[in-house]
Amino acid sequence: MEFRIPVGTWIDGFFDWLEDSFSWLFEALRQLFIWMFDAVDWVFATPPALVVIALVAVAALLARGWKFAVGATFGLLFIMGVNQWDNAIDSLALVLVAAFLAVVISLPLGIWAARNDTVSKILKPVMDFLQTLPAFVYLVPALGLFRIGVAPGIIATLIFAMAPGVRLTELGIRGVDKEVVEAGQAFGAHPRRILRQIQIPLAMPSIMAGINQIIMLSLSMVVIAGLVGAGGLGGDVAQAISALNVSLGFEAGLSVVVLAILLDRFTASFGKGLGLYSRWRRSYVAKKEADQQARFDAEEEVARGGRRPVASH
Amino acid sequence: MNDDTIALRAEGLYKVFGRHADEAVIQLHRGTPRDELGAGTTAAVIDASFEVRRGEIFVVMGLSGSGKSTLIRMLNGLHDATAGTVEVAGERITDIPAKRLREIRQKRISMVFQHFALLPHRTVLDNVAYGLEIQGVALDERIARARKVTEIVGLKGWEEKHPSELSGGMQQRVGLARALAADTDVLLMDEAFSALDPLIRREMQDQLLELQAELGKTIIFITHDLNEAMYIGDRIAVMRDGRIVQIGSPEDILTNPANDYVEQFVQDVDRTKVLTAESVMRKPRAVVHIGAGPRAALTIMRDEQLAGAYVVNKDRTIVGWVRDRDVFDLVRRGEKDLAPVIRSDHGAVATDTALADLFIPSLEAALPLGVLDSRDRLVGVIPRVTLLAALGGEPEAAATATPRPDPLPAEVVDQVLESAVGSRAAHAKEAI
Repeated sequence: MEFRIPVGTWIDGFFDWLEDSFSWLFEALRQLFIWMFDAVDWVFATPPALVVIALVAVAALLARGWKFAVGATFGLLFIMGVNQWDNAIDSLALVLVAAFLAVVISLPLGIWAARNDTVSKILKPVMDFLQTLPAFVYLVPALGLFRIGVAPGIIATLIFAMAPGVRLTELGIRGVDKEVVEAGQAFGAHPRRILRQIQIPLAMPSIMAGINQIIMLSLSMVVIAGLVGAGGLGGDVAQAISALNVSLGFEAGLSVVVLAILLDRFTASFGKGLGLYSRWRRSYVAKKEADQQARFDAEEEVARGGRRPVASH
Repeated sequence: MNDDTIALRAEGLYKVFGRHADEAVIQLHRGTPRDELGAGTTAAVIDASFEVRRGEIFVVMGLSGSGKSTLIRMLNGLHDATAGTVEVAGERITDIPAKRLREIRQKRISMVFQHFALLPHRTVLDNVAYGLEIQGVALDERIARARKVTEIVGLKGWEEKHPSELSGGMQQRVGLARALAADTDVLLMDEAFSALDPLIRREMQDQLLELQAELGKTIIFITHDLNEAMYIGDRIAVMRDGRIVQIGSPEDILTNPANDYVEQFVQDVDRTKVLTAESVMRKPRAVVHIGAGPRAALTIMRDEQLAGAYVVNKDRTIVGWVRDRDVFDLVRRGEKDLAPVIRSDHGAVATDTALADLFIPSLEAALPLGVLDSRDRLVGVIPRVTLLAALGGEPEAAATATPRPDPLPAEVVDQVLESAVGSRAAHAKEAI
C-alpha cells in the first residue's frame, strides 16, 4: 500500500544487463582509457619537475605573454613546494584524456545538432539531464562497469563535461550569419565545404569557449573521481576528508586551484590573439599579404610600360 | 519568343511556408485569398510567372513582406518551390538532385547579398576568388581572374585587405566582384544596394549599369526602392502580397499602372528621371526639306502659323532651323536657296534623354525642342506645354491646353490708349 516507483530497480536491471551483454566493450574501453592515461602521465611525469615548469612557462609566454608565464611558474613551484607534484600530474593527465574524449564526442554532436532540428530537440534534454544529475551519481554505475581505477573516473568525467561542448558548438554554428552561409550555397559549395570553410571558422570563438568549459568541468569532476580511486589531487582531498586532515586538504585543494587557473587561461587564450605566438603569426600574415600586394603593384607597373615602381604612401 | 533569348523562366511559382503547403497551393489556385489560409500557413509567393531575357536587368520591386526575397531565393534553389518550375538557360532547376543544382549554381547563376555576406576571415582577393575556388579552378588562374575583376570594380590596391577594413560600398563591390568572377550568365542581386547610404548607392547603380553595358550579364535585381527600380530596370515586376501585379518597362508602369496599388506606388516617383524625351514627344508639325526652297518653307510656316521651322535632309537627318523673317527676306529678294539663313544651333536632344534634362534645352530652343534618334533623324518635337503636361502626369492634357492668348498688336493698343488719353483730357478740361 506504499506508493513506490521502482526506478532504482529498473536502472539496476539496466546496468546489470549492460554489464552482462557488453562486458567485452567496457573491458576494451577500460584498457583504452588506462593506456591513454598512462601515456599522457608518462609525458609529464618522466622529465624532472623543474624542466616541466620551464616548458610550461615558455608555453605560457607564447600563449598569453610574460605575466602569465611568471604566474604559471610561481603556481607550479607552489605545487612542487607542497609536495603535490605527482598528484597534480596525475590529475592533469586525467583531465586531458577526459577532456580530449569529451571534445571528440561533443563537437560532432554539436555540429549535427546545429544542422538537424530533430537531433537538436533530442540532444537538448539529454544534455540537461547529464549536466544536472549530481556528479557523484555517475560514479556508482561507472564503478560497476569499469571497476575501480582511472577508467571510471574518465568515463564519469567525460559524460559530465560533454554538455557545454555540444551546446556551445551548436550555438556557435547556428549563430553564423545566415547570409554568409547562403553565399556558400549560392556559389554551389557542398554542405561539408560550407561547414569547413564558413561555419566552423566563424563559430570558432563559441567552440573554443565550449572547449574551455569542458576542461574546467573535467577538472572539477576529476577531483570527485578521487573518491573512486582515480588518484591524483582528488585522492588526497578524499583522504583529507575521511581523516579530517585540514592541512592536507588545503594543500591538495590549492593545487587544484592553481591547475584550474592554468588550464583556464591556456584554453581561453586560443584564438584571442594574445601572447608572442599570435604576435609572430600576425606579423607573418601581414608581411605575406603586404608582399603579395607589392608584387601585384609591381606587376601592374611592369604591365603599364616597364616603369620602375615609384614609392607611394 | 525564341528560347535562346530567355535566360531564366519562372512558371507558376508558389512558396508556402508552414503546414499543409501543398493543400494551400490548391486553395490559392482556386482563388482563396492568402489571409484565409489559416494560422501557421504563410504564402510568400503566389503564382509568379515571368521570363527574363538575356542581357536584361529585370527588377523585382515590392515593399518588405511582398515576397520578393523569397522569390529570388527560389531562382537559384536556396528555397525549394512549393509548386511551379524555374528554368535557367532552358534547364529546369526545381526538383533536381542536389548535386546538379550545385553545378548549376557554380556555372550559371551567382548572387549578391544585401549585407554583402563576405567571408570575414579571408582577404578581398580570396573572397572574390571564392566562386572560382568552388568551381575547382586552379589557384594561379583563379588569383589572376579574381585580380582582373577586382580591378574592374575599382578595388585595385585593396586585394590583400580584409572585409572589415573596407567601407560598406567597397564591401559590396567585393560582393559584386565575387559574383562577376564566377562568370555566370545570370546574376541575382538581393537588395544589393539597400544597405548603402544614398550617395554610394547612386554610385553603385551607375557602376552596375556600366558593367552591364560592358559585360552583358542578365541581372535580376530585387529592391524596395522604386526610384532605384526605375533607374536601373529594363523591365520591372511589381509585387504585392506575394503576387506579381504588373510587369513592364519603367515607363509602362509609370504611365499605365495596372491597378490602384501600382498607381499609388508610383505616385511619388520622380517622373522627370524616368520618362524620356521619346515618351512625351509629338509629331513635328513644321519640317522643311532643305531642297524645298524659301517659298515652300514660308508657305509651310504660314499654314502652321509658326515663327520658325526645322530643316532636314531627305532622310530626315537634321540640318538646322530657320526663322520666318529670314525666309521672308529671301523670298522678297527672290533667292532660290534656303542655305544662307539656316541656323545650326537647333539644340535638339536624343530620344533617351530624361525629362529632367529637357528643361534647360527647352528654354534655350527658339522652336519646340527637337528630338533626334540615334541616327540624328528628327523624330519628334516637345513643345513646352507638352513638357508641363507630362510633368503633371497627364500627357494628354497638352492637346486640350488652352492656347495662350496672343497679345493685341502694339499699334492697336497704342491707338486705343492715345484716344483714351485724348478723351480724358477733354473731360478734364470740362471739369475745369
